[in-house]
Amino acid sequence: MVSQPRSIREKMTLFWHNHFATEASTIKDARYVYKHNTMLRAGALGNFKDLTKAVTLDPGMLVYLNGYLNEKSAADENYARELFELFTCGKGPASQYTEEDVRAGARVLTGYRINPTTITSFFDPTKHDIENKQFSAFFGNRVISGRTGADGTRELDDMLGIIFQQQEVAKFIARKFYRFFVYYDIDEATETNVITPLADIFRASNYEIKPLLSALFKSEHFYDPLNMSCLIKSPIDFSVGLCREFGVKFPDGVTDYVNAYGTWSAVQGAAANQQQNIGDPPLVSGWEAYFREPQFHELWINTDTYPKRNMYSDQMITSGITRGGHIEIDPLAYAESLSAPEDPIQLRDESLSLLHRMDVKADVKEALRKILLSDEDMDYYWTNAWNAYMVDKTNAMNRDIVLRRLQSFYKYIMDLSEYQLS
Amino acid sequence: MIQMTGGNDGLNMVIPIDKYSGYVNARSNIAIAEGKALELVNMKKVKIHPSMTKLQALYNQGKVCVVQSVGYPSPNFSHFRATDIWLTGSDADKVITTGWGGRYLQTEYPNYPVGFPNAEMPDPLAIQIGSIVSPAFQGPVTNAGMAITSTNSFYDLLEGKEDDVPNTKAGKELKYIRMIAKQSNKYADAIKLAAGKVTSQGAYSNTSISQQLKIVSRLIAGGLKTRLYMVSIGGFDTHASQTNSGDTSTGSHANLLGNLSNAIGEFMADLKGLKVSQRVIGMTFSEFGRRIKSNGSMGTDHGAAAPMILFGDYINPGVLGNTPDMPGTANVNDNVPMQYDFRSVYASVLEQWFCVKKKRWIPSC
Repeated sequence: MVSQPRSIREKMTLFWHNHFATEASTIKDARYVYKHNTMLRAGALGNFKDLTKAVTLDPGMLVYLNGYLNEKSAADENYARELFELFTCGKGPASQYTEEDVRAGARVLTGYRINPTTITSFFDPTKHDIENKQFSAFFGNRVISGRTGADGTRELDDMLGIIFQQQEVAKFIARKFYRFFVYYDIDEATETNVITPLADIFRASNYEIKPLLSALFKSEHFYDPLNMSCLIKSPIDFSVGLCREFGVKFPDGVTDYVNAYGTWSAVQGAAANQQQNIGDPPLVSGWEAYFREPQFHELWINTDTYPKRNMYSDQMITSGITRGGHIEIDPLAYAESLSAPEDPIQLRDESLSLLHRMDVKADVKEALRKILLSDEDMDYYWTNAWNAYMVDKTNAMNRDIVLRRLQSFYKYIMDLSEYQLS
Repeated sequence: MIQMTGGNDGLNMVIPIDKYSGYVNARSNIAIAEGKALELVNMKKVKIHPSMTKLQALYNQGKVCVVQSVGYPSPNFSHFRATDIWLTGSDADKVITTGWGGRYLQTEYPNYPVGFPNAEMPDPLAIQIGSIVSPAFQGPVTNAGMAITSTNSFYDLLEGKEDDVPNTKAGKELKYIRMIAKQSNKYADAIKLAAGKVTSQGAYSNTSISQQLKIVSRLIAGGLKTRLYMVSIGGFDTHASQTNSGDTSTGSHANLLGNLSNAIGEFMADLKGLKVSQRVIGMTFSEFGRRIKSNGSMGTDHGAAAPMILFGDYINPGVLGNTPDMPGTANVNDNVPMQYDFRSVYASVLEQWFCVKKKRWIPSC
């Protein structure tokens, strides 16, 4: 996350981690968790139907929702229920699968086992229910014929075929994308003008993920100012995004991995402190901010987590964090990367345009200018100080003068409520 | 603490009457007429700026101490660096990351911010009126100060007012985040409670510095245990037109000193009316004084030492130190040399007002 080039892959891996949620604290074996995460990443921008199948057969998921215990003599409905309710059809009013469907689905999924040595899953036909499985009117009263031997695995394909014929599947996922990338509130107009057309595109492309994302990110709706900057940053967005936008340098993950892991875990810990512990969502339904009505994303921000966000950004801009390696925001390097750091007005306006998604009021802008100027009036006091620093960066005194003011300046920007929005 | 940002021209604030001809020679275009300067009781060496009538009155009641020529060795003429030196208490050639007030508060409350607020200290350790907490309050772990961004934001806090947000989805979320931000401010209730106990205050001018001190007075009288308050008045960087040409007792510097003097006078009167004046001392400072010789634009350039004003019921009144020597023929490099190190003033305040044992903050004592 902290070091990938400009790409949506990690964001989508996180999206699927929330969608097909598993908890490391339940699985209790890092190898399963690693494999699960690798599987999500590999399929993150591929085909949703294929990904659903991969998740169904994933050893980590089989452990997490007891699929590996599901057998013909005593079907375990845990995974089948979530497959319908959380992973494909959803719980919307148009999703009308029944308890019988859950039971039939569970029987389709009997016989999958895990090998705890190789951390792989396999199919054991002797545990598989070979009777026919009857589905409800919602699925067109379709029947999946029971299959024997190794053929039993084809029942999963049959069932996914039935499920993915339902229009509601595409709509359910389109809504989830919308909430992840745009805003949580989906009114009637948005449902009609955005969700339904997106779902149509999704179905027309046979559930390929890229065409759906492409349509969303190129839509007029996405760029409408009324729909912009209203997304409250998740703790991951906040903690990782801060490192990315300021170009925080981490130890090399290959040559210095011990220290790199320390610093990565510091960022992970910060996000966990803010209530998003990557790898360990609170429930199989993922983080509440993505589904709990009516507050949704606002749930990320409360009187406990809000000060923790500020503490993290304050720490990153002042002392930095040392765990194994050391990470911190280098405001000197950041300012130097801008087009005219010697001009306090341009430095301020460009910093705000990069770090905030919405404009701040004039008095806030003036306060920011005054921080750079230590309350003086003349802009050239800053210009002189910056130029003196640039002439000889090894001069500790000149460096300290601009460093102090830039630290206060960026700390102030990150402490503004606007910084919580993306 | 009242920070006069920009570098205050001490020579036109505390006028060296015993060296008056040298003073006039050095700055004939902006010198304050001897007859207009205000006399201080039993004080022949100096007079003060004509606009500082309230300060004069306080002095004459024995509530003001003027410390002459406060500075430090090897003075720095950069606003930024000099400000950092005054706020941190560092030597001119050293960089210190903590503030002098922050270090003091650290000795009183070593664990801050862990476990704060608590029953013993339910209030902010220090309060800054202004958008950014002063580096003077920076402790080794965290800044011990709380910022009350502006006088407006203070009254908004009391009245529960919120900043306007746009009527958009983003505006809705911003409003929510700000509500949580307010609820997260662990000191907001303490401040409201204290402010609520003071229902009537003395009269204050409608200037920024007076309005800032009005808040400080209210919070002190309301019972906050906060040790240090910082307010500021800007505009002292008077390179040009610091006085009017017709009457040097008027102009921008006169307005600044008048506003400062009025604010201090109003503050002391209000504190007295609220029966808490005996709990307070005040202190002005500026990052530097200005050059002895004035420039051709009716102004003065960055200089060195300058007077500090301390005030309060329990101040030892008087004028400490001699008036600075005036050169026979002033040139552009002539500066007021230091008589008192500013850290010795801080040290006296800490020792004699805050009752800090010497050895607690000077390891060698």
